[in-house]
Amino acid sequence: MLAEGLRKGFGGKAALDGFDLAVPAGTVCGLLGPNGAGKTTAVRILATLLRLDGGRAEVAGHDVAREAPRVRRQVALNGQQSTVDDVLTGRENLVMWGRLYHLSRKEAHARAEELLAQFGLTDAADTRVKAYSGGMRRRLDLASSFITRPSVLFLDEPTTGLDPRNRGEVWREVKRVVAEGTTVLLTTQYLDEADQLADQVVVLDTGRVAAQGTPDQLKSTLGGDRIEVVVRTAEELPVVAGVLGPAAEVDHDAFRVSAAVADRVAALTRVTSALAARGVEAEDIALRRPTLDEVFLAITGHRAEARA
Amino acid sequence: MNAVGYAAVDSWVVAKRELVHWVREPVRVFANLAYPVISVLIFGLVFGSAMNVFGGGDYIEFLLPGMFGQTVAFGVGSTLLMVSMDADRGVTDRFRASPMSQTGVVAGRSIADLVNSSLELLVLALCGLVIGWSFHDGLVNALLAFALLLWLRFALVWVGIYVGLLVKPAAAQASWMFLFPLTMFANTFVSPELMPGWLRVVAEWNPLSSTVAAARELFGNPGVGGDSWAAQHSVLLAVLWPAVFVAVFWPLSVLKYRDLNR
Repeated sequence: MLAEGLRKGFGGKAALDGFDLAVPAGTVCGLLGPNGAGKTTAVRILATLLRLDGGRAEVAGHDVAREAPRVRRQVALNGQQSTVDDVLTGRENLVMWGRLYHLSRKEAHARAEELLAQFGLTDAADTRVKAYSGGMRRRLDLASSFITRPSVLFLDEPTTGLDPRNRGEVWREVKRVVAEGTTVLLTTQYLDEADQLADQVVVLDTGRVAAQGTPDQLKSTLGGDRIEVVVRTAEELPVVAGVLGPAAEVDHDAFRVSAAVADRVAALTRVTSALAARGVEAEDIALRRPTLDEVFLAITGHRAEARA
Repeated sequence: MNAVGYAAVDSWVVAKRELVHWVREPVRVFANLAYPVISVLIFGLVFGSAMNVFGGGDYIEFLLPGMFGQTVAFGVGSTLLMVSMDADRGVTDRFRASPMSQTGVVAGRSIADLVNSSLELLVLALCGLVIGWSFHDGLVNALLAFALLLWLRFALVWVGIYVGLLVKPAAAQASWMFLFPLTMFANTFVSPELMPGWLRVVAEWNPLSSTVAAARELFGNPGVGGDSWAAQHSVLLAVLWPAVFVAVFWPLSVLKYRDLNR
């Protein structure tokens, strides 16, 4: 998948402004950015749903503008909303999409059976989707994207609104299809999602690539996870700063000291016991991953503005 | 399989999805049926004795073709609601990003909507037969009248698709606010001859009036004719008006569906 200098404007405002992307086959690329950064616009252009104003893009070896029908045969799109049909059963949904992807009746049924088993939905196959949980629905939605074993899958915020357990399930399924050779373009607002799934992360800011690299590279620009200690008195602040080391940042107003840590839980134990040994009773100790806002601030130097 | 074969399969798959909805969630079908049936009873039996048919004749005989027309016209509301819901839920995007034929989506829609409207007309006709409506010019003419009604319904599918792609479901749900007066400023319930001058012109040239007048003529029901050109050529206009709708809204819908700038 390749994009060069994509431009797209809506009513004079540029949604994409010279967007470049190169995703090698069989890898996962995470598009990270706040609402309005242009993630969905990029996906819609690459999925042939939107015409580009400038630049060019190739998906699965075909130009998205000139060879849209060829592209459509090789891609699957999984949007933010669930497109499964509530009134139909899980099996009927899959058979329907199978037929629309031009499998014969027999093939569509066989493929539905296979996908139901793969996505752990065999028991619920003949239940109407209305009765499905949020996670089951999402899995069915994903399953319906795999009808034709697409070479490229677009996942637009696949876990927005799901609880942690269901997010885990979706992640597992995505990893499985990637292992089978599908190229995935994933948009997300969650850093940990990109961390879990993506080989390469691209951070979008107002229609342009602000940064790209592996999730680890990205996190190291931020110094990774942080430990935060809040104390009761100002006198204790230097003590805590001493424990957390030379990189500690002290917030005198909030009585808070924070520092980057590499080894999460071990660091927590170490700091807790060191503080106890020095007689400091902390008000609060917490491990915190950098939020997307912080990544964003660190990379772009300004806060994410929600435009969407 | 060739392109035409795939288009046929796509149409059938889309139509089947709609029909399964109606079978499994019959509430909507009943709700759609309840309105015309209740209207026939209210207008036919309650107001009927106080209504005059211009040129004379039984009001129930006059009313039924009007109700058929209104039912067909209201059908556009259900088309545009379904279309806007699919667009809103991202189903339309998935259709568009799939290799399925674009004809398939709309043809499936048309088949399902025509089946639905046929059922509504059938129930309404049976209801009419019970309270005293009938057709008097033979079965062939009666079937022709129903064919003209369904021809209008088919044309309105395209209007519904276009408008449905423009509006959100919440707005689509309010479509009856426009449909109601549009179907009343016509010859559906009252002869235009009994209306004030300007409204009479509107009612006479209302496309729905042409179809209803043509149906009255073919059923042999009263209230046919009038001074205006439109009233005297109702069968011709009942064929032409829907053709105009199709000619305008077919390309508009296709462009909107393919619209790559949303």
